[in-house]
Amino acid sequence: MIVGQQKPLEEIWDMIKDHKRVLVFGCNTCVAVCQQGGNKEAEIIASLLRMKATQEGLDIEIKDSGIERQCEHEFFESATQSLEWADAVVSTACGIGVQFLAEKYSSLPVYPGLNTTFLGAVEKFGVYTERCQACGQCVLGLTGGICPIARCAKRLMNGPCGGSTRGKCELSKDLDCAWQLIIDRLKEMGKLENYEKIMPIKDWSSDRAGGPRQYVREDVQV
Amino acid sequence: MSVKTPSKLEKILASGQLAVTSECGPPRGSDPEDIIKKAELIKNHVDAINITDNQTSVTRLCSLAACIRLKLMGLEPVLQMVTRDRNRIALQSDILGAASFDINNILCLSGDHQSFGDCKKGQNVHDLDSIQLIQTVRMMRDESKFIEGDDIKAPPKMFVGAAANPFADPFEIRVPRLAKKIAAGVEFIQTQCIYNLDKFEKWMEGVRERGLHEKVHILAGLTPMKSAGMARYMKNRVPGMDVPEEVVKRLAGVPKDKQAQEGIDICVESIERLKSCEGIHGFHVMAIEWEEKVPEIVERTGLHPRPTLDK
Repeated sequence: MIVGQQKPLEEIWDMIKDHKRVLVFGCNTCVAVCQQGGNKEAEIIASLLRMKATQEGLDIEIKDSGIERQCEHEFFESATQSLEWADAVVSTACGIGVQFLAEKYSSLPVYPGLNTTFLGAVEKFGVYTERCQACGQCVLGLTGGICPIARCAKRLMNGPCGGSTRGKCELSKDLDCAWQLIIDRLKEMGKLENYEKIMPIKDWSSDRAGGPRQYVREDVQV
Repeated sequence: MSVKTPSKLEKILASGQLAVTSECGPPRGSDPEDIIKKAELIKNHVDAINITDNQTSVTRLCSLAACIRLKLMGLEPVLQMVTRDRNRIALQSDILGAASFDINNILCLSGDHQSFGDCKKGQNVHDLDSIQLIQTVRMMRDESKFIEGDDIKAPPKMFVGAAANPFADPFEIRVPRLAKKIAAGVEFIQTQCIYNLDKFEKWMEGVRERGLHEKVHILAGLTPMKSAGMARYMKNRVPGMDVPEEVVKRLAGVPKDKQAQEGIDICVESIERLKSCEGIHGFHVMAIEWEEKVPEIVERTGLHPRPTLDK
């Protein structure tokens, strides 16, 4: 799922302080799991902004609302009224939702309430870790199910580098060395000999390097 | 191993003599004097001089320009090239540029992460990794081809090197990793600084068991310690470095003003011991900002004078 982190309240305040009717708009799927951008969090941000407005003595009306997903048209219908009421929106979706909303309401200022952080997993309650960088050409079948692109700080296709120490990355003692994990897993599966196969120079054209990506399915379009 | 390039380093290694290399770090400014001075200090005691490529991710005068300085002095540079800062266009372009100045040695590295340096907020590239860079230089040289298959008119004639760190983890893949670099086409190896000689010799045993020592020239890397403080720092703070407690204790056991000399002595003793390690074909003496000590180390280990080659 997509993991996001709330922007500091001050930063959000600076974006909205010149507006009169502000809607804090939650997205109740990915960013609700990490408890940063769901409809409940939108409600909390809205009340914090109301307090801020009172402190600053500014007359701003601040409401909250939310939908299931801000990245699909069909969910927006239920929120039409609130969105049309607002003269600015703080979207607590990931960057995709913020952009989708902005595209739908062409004259409405839309501000991001979160920093979209990564594609990750819920390792345990309160701990989210990156797993995928959407490079467009999955190599997990060759690397024991552990991604060297997302999880090695140097995205080495043939690692580990010389900085791997006691299973940890040279960047931090809290960060696992992806190649240590790959080697451990290959060993576990009795496939350590795969380590010596050289991974060829990668085709990054399906990554962001190749420009903005799209996927069109003629067969399901109506 | 037959000679394939005009590299002096390759010829010395092919002749069966122990090679000696050292390295110089370029300055953080545009004055070339620093590099010239450092090279002057060591030029009669080494066969080739590595020029580091923005080592520890700190921005410096570029490796290629500094290598050209060495060429202008009539010296033999080893161009260090990291994959951190350049994509495949820039890597191949710099290789051709270096070859146009008859720079005949390259050391293929991935490079330290940029968060260790002065541009912590910068991007890294890693379009290729060090093993793929080895493959690239070999393909450019031997097949006269760019990565995408186009022909190169005058291919670069480079002797291809890489680093090996026997002390990083996991230890069990450290020999396979060397094998992988050899399969990619590496011809010489300069190792990480060796302080734990027992562990290094154990790694070399594994190297010999697979006959890898006959497929690549291994130069043992050594860095003399200046003080017990430096030893402690390297032991505790530098990733992938193995400094045994005995080394720290030995340095700490002598008065502060004698520790530098003790560091040189340890380095000399290590070289003497490794000379008899089968498969070691030379030494890479990295006296970091202490180049003036290289001649003493080379002379005391009987590696001076350096061989001259018939033109």
